[in-house]
Amino acid sequence: MAAAMPLALLVLLLLGPGGWCLAEPPRDSLREELVITPLPSGDVAATFQFRTRWDSELQREGVSHYRLFPKALGQLISKYSLRELHLSFTQGFWRTRYWGPPFLQAPSVWINLGRSSVMSSQGSSAPLSTSSTPPTQSLPLPPSNPWVWPMTLTTTFCAMLCCRGRWSAPKTSPPGRSSCPVVPRASLISFHLLQAGLSVLLKADRLFHTSYHSQAVHIRPVCRNARCTSISWELRQTLSVVFDAFITGQGKKDWSLFRMFSRTLTEPCPLASESRVYVDITTYNQDNETLEVHPPPTTTYQDVILGTRKTYAIYDLLDTAMINNSRNLNIQLKWKRPPENEAPPVPFLHAQRYVSGYGLQKGELSTLLYNTHPYRAFPVLLLDTVPWYLRLYVHTLTITSKGKENKPSYIHYQPAQDRLQPHLLEMLIQLPANSVTKVSIQFERALLKWTEYTPDPNHGFYVSPSVLSALVPSMVAAKPVDWEESPLFNSLFPVSDGSNYFVRLYTEPLLVNLPTPDFSMPYNVICLTCTVVAVCYGSFYNLLTRTFHIEEPRTGGLAKRLANLIRRARGVPPL
Amino acid sequence: MGLLSDPVRRRALARLVLRLNAPLCVLSYVAGIAWFLALVFPPLTQRTYMSENAMGSTMVEEQFAGGDRARAFARDFAAHRKKSGALPVAWLERTMRSVGLEVYTQSFSRKLPFPDETHERYMVSGTNVYGILRAPRAASTESLVLTVPCGSDSTNSQAVGLLLALAAHFRGQIYWAKDIVFLVTEHDLLGTEAWLEAYHDVNVTGMQSSPLQGRAGAIQAAVALELSSDVVTSLDVAVEGLNGQLPNLDLLNLFQTFCQKGGLLCTLQGKLQPEDWTSLDGPLQGLQTLLLMVLRQASGRPHGSHGLFLRYRVEALTLRGINSFRQYKYDLVAVGKALEGMFRKLNHLLERLHQSFFLYLLPGLSRFVSIGLYMPAVGFLLLVLGLKALELWMQLHEAGMGLEEPGGAPGPSVPLPPSQGVGLASLVAPLLISQAMGLALYVLPVLGQHVATQHFPVAEAEAVVLTLLAIYAAGLALPHNTHRPLSYRVVSTQAPDRGWMALKLVALIYLALQLGCIALTNFSLGFLLATTMVPTAALAKPHGPRTLYAALLVLTSPAATLLGSLFLWRELQEAPLSLAEGWQLFLAALAQGVLEHHTYGALLFPLLSLGLYPCWLLFWNVLFWK
Repeated sequence: MAAAMPLALLVLLLLGPGGWCLAEPPRDSLREELVITPLPSGDVAATFQFRTRWDSELQREGVSHYRLFPKALGQLISKYSLRELHLSFTQGFWRTRYWGPPFLQAPSVWINLGRSSVMSSQGSSAPLSTSSTPPTQSLPLPPSNPWVWPMTLTTTFCAMLCCRGRWSAPKTSPPGRSSCPVVPRASLISFHLLQAGLSVLLKADRLFHTSYHSQAVHIRPVCRNARCTSISWELRQTLSVVFDAFITGQGKKDWSLFRMFSRTLTEPCPLASESRVYVDITTYNQDNETLEVHPPPTTTYQDVILGTRKTYAIYDLLDTAMINNSRNLNIQLKWKRPPENEAPPVPFLHAQRYVSGYGLQKGELSTLLYNTHPYRAFPVLLLDTVPWYLRLYVHTLTITSKGKENKPSYIHYQPAQDRLQPHLLEMLIQLPANSVTKVSIQFERALLKWTEYTPDPNHGFYVSPSVLSALVPSMVAAKPVDWEESPLFNSLFPVSDGSNYFVRLYTEPLLVNLPTPDFSMPYNVICLTCTVVAVCYGSFYNLLTRTFHIEEPRTGGLAKRLANLIRRARGVPPL
Repeated sequence: MGLLSDPVRRRALARLVLRLNAPLCVLSYVAGIAWFLALVFPPLTQRTYMSENAMGSTMVEEQFAGGDRARAFARDFAAHRKKSGALPVAWLERTMRSVGLEVYTQSFSRKLPFPDETHERYMVSGTNVYGILRAPRAASTESLVLTVPCGSDSTNSQAVGLLLALAAHFRGQIYWAKDIVFLVTEHDLLGTEAWLEAYHDVNVTGMQSSPLQGRAGAIQAAVALELSSDVVTSLDVAVEGLNGQLPNLDLLNLFQTFCQKGGLLCTLQGKLQPEDWTSLDGPLQGLQTLLLMVLRQASGRPHGSHGLFLRYRVEALTLRGINSFRQYKYDLVAVGKALEGMFRKLNHLLERLHQSFFLYLLPGLSRFVSIGLYMPAVGFLLLVLGLKALELWMQLHEAGMGLEEPGGAPGPSVPLPPSQGVGLASLVAPLLISQAMGLALYVLPVLGQHVATQHFPVAEAEAVVLTLLAIYAAGLALPHNTHRPLSYRVVSTQAPDRGWMALKLVALIYLALQLGCIALTNFSLGFLLATTMVPTAALAKPHGPRTLYAALLVLTSPAATLLGSLFLWRELQEAPLSLAEGWQLFLAALAQGVLEHHTYGALLFPLLSLGLYPCWLLFWNVLFWK
């Protein structure tokens, strides 16, 4: 399925003409950044971010001149008075157990006018959610028909987004927001344009030889000053890929830009105000002698990311010395002592989901939540959206950890309505330290109307992944930082307080087979039923309802009848 | 239907059924057998064809060249296995990890109901090792399985070697859209059953196993591999699964396509495919293959570890490498290429295999008989029971009528209800007793094995088999004696035949229903039982040459059918059995049948003991009706 998906896209929806000769200082800026992280399993994750910021109130001013900000999106914002838009397309599945917590959580299509909230998916799917405008706005309301959102986005992103049924809102999210977390198998065709700076590396045939590929567009307003009297619009385009060390590196864990992307960096983007490459050179062992990067970095950056202290080597493309030395920058990382073939460290929180049982009548959805923290328990918010054609039996919901029943501290269930809205199950579960918690609920497979089956009904039907949100205890205390000054990727990890960090995980999407008729059957059935009814039913009915009298064979002819006639006239019983 | 509502014509029809009953029964039986034999001739067998579009049109180019690697892996594996005396779990884990798979293990244990003497095991505990190749940019929603069952003996090393070499080759490719699970199970089928139950998180057979750490979505298809030599002369394919379930015919077509492409010699039931179907030789050879398939399917055993996958609706087959004295040999590369091709084609699947046939018979690898064409054979056989039942019904009815006529008008309805009531009441005892015998046959052997071992000098397995035979034989002695005191007074003065007729009528209908249901789910078993049981069931009556009937009835009882099938099977395999060997094999088969019911959930044993044996006792009862 994934392989069959049309090639997709990213990124830079481009730069409008002109703008250079304007007298006033440009009110928009572009920052670009690439973060390369070796993952615990030996694979390498690369995360691109391109951030365009525009100091313009798109919704208030009648803006017609666009420079760095794409006009198509700008018009979308002003027309539908969007507060936020988040759209992501993901191929593959972030394997938390082997890769650690997701560096860039792939949020989905998500059009939001309230506070930020996240809805997302994994797998070859584009999740979708939307919400309605706040009533205070005097701008044209977005259409009440939820189909319009996907339609508009479809034309902008050349992607097929479709959504069955009504969108529903988790109770924990702000009111007015509705969501459809998964659009199974969205097809996507797109394009990328600019070939300068970091985007030189975006070479499609390499990017699509990766084991994970997720691209996203996020639009949101940001405050220009502390009192938030005026806002700017921020467009963030991201691409994260995971290179399979086994295929690209022939089994070795060393890597270089050229080996991964088959390109090297040659020049900074002329439009960018910042263009940097960060390489994670944190060693898992304490001695620093295990790996080396080439060329040696000029500066390093240290921060607490996802609860652990990380060190990054910084390569600034705007630093002329960096590029001029060699005319191309090919960053390489070599492991001096290859890390032992031990099992990679397991993250504190990971999950697994599967369908159990066999046969086409019943089944069970099971989610295993692993808390591998040696001594801290922490709560997890589990959000499940299950299509209506799996009829959940909520009384069978069981949550067990360490062999004992685990009672969720909060539970919200919204039953499905056939053909209208999916089941929504949300609960807050405390995960004991060092435990596996199993959440299971039984379901019955519904029989669809025969026109409701997809063209490939025997493929099965997708069930969207569960969404897990948790505050996981940190190893190292983190302190809040100023986002404008720190690298872009830092803003991906909002820190509320120093002792926890926020993680959102998505489990595997599931494929469930429904009872599927043989679609040549209707014809056979019609033929057979007609025959059966015509031939058998009538006669049987006749046979069953008729009462039989044995009739004496008529003997005697005209004479007897005449005699009887006379006898009846005389009032004597007939012969 | 007008025929039935007209009393005159109805009477004529009844007279026809009564008078021509015997010839009609013979005709119908002969027609059934003849139809079955005719299945191997071309108008009834058809050429197989690929129905699934996703696997049909495009050929793939196989690039597997890891023959040396496979042999090296196989040597290492065999050496480690010899050293440790069990599955070298650590070595397998290390090797799978080194070829780039996500590796997991699963431990399981199972105490068999009684010692398995053929496989020499009782308390079984083992570890399955499996590695998952994660398809790039896919979300682990679908997967394929390549499995190698490893028994206690040192066979199948080459299969493990080939599995690892294939895993290494597959890992380097980027075209996978489905995850591939490489599974090596210990204690052959027991390990496979444990893994499957854990994968689907169900417990069907009381297996104790650790939960699986890694999963790969819905399994679409599975291939089991058995290879014990570096070179093979041919590949044999086994399709018959648990309870006679068969995989989708397209999977077999796929295998056959790659056999032809790679020029591999492929066999079915160990028989080569006949070349020429137009002359008589081809169909006759096909008939042998067909009979072998019928016997295997009727046994309801999983013939290879693929058989256990079928319960979970995973299409699966087993490939066995055969190394015989033929001149042309193929090395592991040829087998590996065939497997690579199959997996790449299965990787193309957009939907589960569903296009082709699920119910078929195979007279050859490229010929099949579809369900619509083979069902009439068993239909004709069951018609005999129907005709016999109809005759009895009419005779009973006429007997009632015959009573009325001389009595005349005074009370036509007075004698009838009591005599009918008598008929039914006299049936209750034999029915209950025979059913209780069946229950005893099902429960007692396994329950009473300890008692038996304490009092008699036998081992548990022997005890089970001997108890089984003892109860079976006791059934012959018991019921026909017990009905007399219960029904002596009422089997009565007026119609001495009514009692056994009613009993036989019930038994016939019972048998017909059972055989009909069995034939729907497992044609081979239904047909085999119908062929043997129907004639004697139709003949059984308490008059005439009773000893002959009794002998016939014993010869066609389910147990005798099993014995006969064993002889026929070995005869068809051209390895005839002597009587003593046959008896030993028979005892082993009984033990295996009971064991397979408990370990894998095979239904043959409960079906015979709870369904057909009591039914057969009813006929025995009829025969000795006094």
